[in-house]
Amino acid sequence: MAHEHKLAIFRGTLKFKSNITKIWGVFVFLSIITIIEVALGIIKPEFLTETRFLAMKLLNWVFIILTLVKAYYITWDFMHMRDEKSGLRRAVVWTGVFLICYLILILLIEGDYIFEVYKNNFIKFDF
Amino acid sequence: MDTTVAKTGTEGKTWGGGNQPLNASYGKMMMWFFIVSDALTFSGFIAAYGFSRFKFIDAWPIADEVFTHVPFLHGVPAPMYYVAFMTFILIFSSVTMVLAVDAGHKMQQKKVIWYMFFTIIGGVIFVGSQAWEWATFIKGDYGAVETKGGKILQFLDTDGKRVAIAEFTEKIPSARDIHVENNGIWYEAEPTATTYSYEEVKAGFLANDNLLVRTQYYDENGEPTVLSREESIAKIVNDGKLVVEGANLKHNEYGHPLFADFFFFITGFHGFHVFTGVLINIIVFFNVVIGTYERRGSYEMVEKVGLYWHFVDLVWVFVFTFFYLV
Repeated sequence: MAHEHKLAIFRGTLKFKSNITKIWGVFVFLSIITIIEVALGIIKPEFLTETRFLAMKLLNWVFIILTLVKAYYITWDFMHMRDEKSGLRRAVVWTGVFLICYLILILLIEGDYIFEVYKNNFIKFDF
Repeated sequence: MDTTVAKTGTEGKTWGGGNQPLNASYGKMMMWFFIVSDALTFSGFIAAYGFSRFKFIDAWPIADEVFTHVPFLHGVPAPMYYVAFMTFILIFSSVTMVLAVDAGHKMQQKKVIWYMFFTIIGGVIFVGSQAWEWATFIKGDYGAVETKGGKILQFLDTDGKRVAIAEFTEKIPSARDIHVENNGIWYEAEPTATTYSYEEVKAGFLANDNLLVRTQYYDENGEPTVLSREESIAKIVNDGKLVVEGANLKHNEYGHPLFADFFFFITGFHGFHVFTGVLINIIVFFNVVIGTYERRGSYEMVEKVGLYWHFVDLVWVFVFTFFYLV
């Protein structure tokens, strides 16, 4: 069995000599992201918690984007998605991305609506 | 051994998996099928968590105040550190797993054995940490009073520091009527007794003038609302109903019970995945040790269990974000 590994990450800007060095490189990258996340979670910088973008704190957007970056590198390099045929890659990724986005969108809108109902109706819930 | 040959008798048959659609073998393809469906299951759970959180957005517990414990550091509030440690353990076990896969491609049995071994150790540490976190969460730390409407009231002193109910409760000698099956409805069991009764906490609260009540609702600054002494007394006396210590599926001293429900369900389901991952890893580990894959001429089984293991890590990345960070 031939196992061809694509050894470049960050769109080809960082090339590794062997698959093993690439694994360690990705590990270092994932660790850095996790450290940033934990540090932000402990410090909670004010300019990130005060500012809101699309009804959500900027800090939470940062967390979600960093999570997606981590998910990308776990899937692409640890699960060897980078080396699979593009058909398999698209079948797995787009199915998930489309269905999950739809589910989250619809459930969060519904949850927010029920919150408004609880808040603005004539029945007292805080007792 | 005949059972360890690589052939499955389906070579060259289109629908027997002999051809490799998308250049992925039958086993790998099926593992991807499973991973996609399992990813949808997990996103269903996390989206449901988001739904409930948005529904009670003004009263949802802050994870930083719930998970503040680190083993052997009793009483030192250290939010996030332990979960961060667990995250690193899982990422690192992913690294050893992918190194095992790489060594498998090169048919290096010794290396595969060692890397699989480290992966299993990492998984075991992770599951153990999760069990410890569950135990701490179930035990609780300060205790709270639940109102008739199921809302949580926590106690602060006038400096704004949390006070455990054990610190101010007055012992009232009282006899407790134990519910027994023959003098009541047989299917109603005796409820779990808390250390202190509501009456005792109330008496202790009224006797200590420096105590205030904090509700689970947020004020305009996003902090839980702290009531004045008069409001606190009125709240405890009029609305208080029972004492809550720790968290279970019905009551949660940290805030809304749904928070505890989702915590148990999502981290439990994920922990179950890690547990089965460790089991499958152990099976594959012993197969590597006795040389099954060496004879088969392919370490693809390591690759397949590796896919599953990385998926578990992937899910944890999301659980970590949505339960502990956001």
